[in-house]
Amino acid sequence: MSANIVYAILVTSLATFLSRFLGAITSQGIKETSKLFKWFNCLAYATLAALIARTIIFPAGILMDASYSSRLSVVLLSVFVFFISKKNFVYPTIFSAICMAVINNYI
Amino acid sequence: MISKKYYFQGYRSILTYDSPAIALTCCFIAIGALFKNLGFNIQESIFSTVLTYALPGSLVMAESMLIGASLLNIFLAVWFVNARLYPMAVSLFPLMMHKSQPKWKYYFSCHFIAVSAWLIMKSNYKKIPKEYRIDYWIGIGSATVSVSVIGTFIGFSFSEYLNKDMMMGLAILNPVYFLCMMVGAAKTIQITLSVVLGLILGPIIYLLSPEWSILLAGIIGGTVAYLLGEYNVS
Repeated sequence: MSANIVYAILVTSLATFLSRFLGAITSQGIKETSKLFKWFNCLAYATLAALIARTIIFPAGILMDASYSSRLSVVLLSVFVFFISKKNFVYPTIFSAICMAVINNYI
Repeated sequence: MISKKYYFQGYRSILTYDSPAIALTCCFIAIGALFKNLGFNIQESIFSTVLTYALPGSLVMAESMLIGASLLNIFLAVWFVNARLYPMAVSLFPLMMHKSQPKWKYYFSCHFIAVSAWLIMKSNYKKIPKEYRIDYWIGIGSATVSVSVIGTFIGFSFSEYLNKDMMMGLAILNPVYFLCMMVGAAKTIQITLSVVLGLILGPIIYLLSPEWSILLAGIIGGTVAYLLGEYNVS
């Protein structure tokens, strides 16, 4: 490894904390009823959705070894389970892990 | 001081029947196993989870270290991928600001901004008096960090028992859980449009600019959703 592990952890945490801290500082003058707040709320949801879509379609790490169709099938089936389980978060989450392991192993 | 009542109420918020604790633990089990495979020891793994407390950032760090990237490259790569935390903080802290609370609580607790804690707070903040929301938030953050540390420890300790299929199963949990939480949170036109546009634009922009895709998709999708929502209201 080119970088010492401890330095890498410190640099990673600094880069992460920077966005959080800047957000906390700049939010001080923003009222929760303002249009600026509403806009930032939309930005936050859209950014998170973009991150989730990117993680599923262009994943990093171990998920790269699963095929595109298996990842997409698992996600669609899990969302289906979410709706039929009256929007329970636990069932589709556990289902997705089992489904991914099974699809990847047997199909 | 922190109100114990609201702190522990926040801490207990992860003990609900549809708690994010299960998904969060599974994701950090995968991260703990990944850290061990990278050559981290247990102290470094837990140190990383506590200090970073952001899954995509930890993954980017791990990948960057695998390819021998410099510290500056790691900083920039993590900063880009975690820039989403900025709008998340700006869209959460105004809900918790109260003049009776000291500033240090806000600066300290911004470390807890992460998808799970953010979504729990967004779902529950109306039930808590505004003066004590920051204490409730610190409780949620402490609980989610505790769960993450436990997950990292389990993943690190049992990494040799986790085969590739199991690791894949653990890795898909996170996006599925967050997707379900976001679909569940989409109750207004603006939020629904933001989620839909983010889901569509994220991968499309990734093809043009991988580094900027999340930020650009968030800005474009969020702005369009906001404008359409405002137009619809007016």
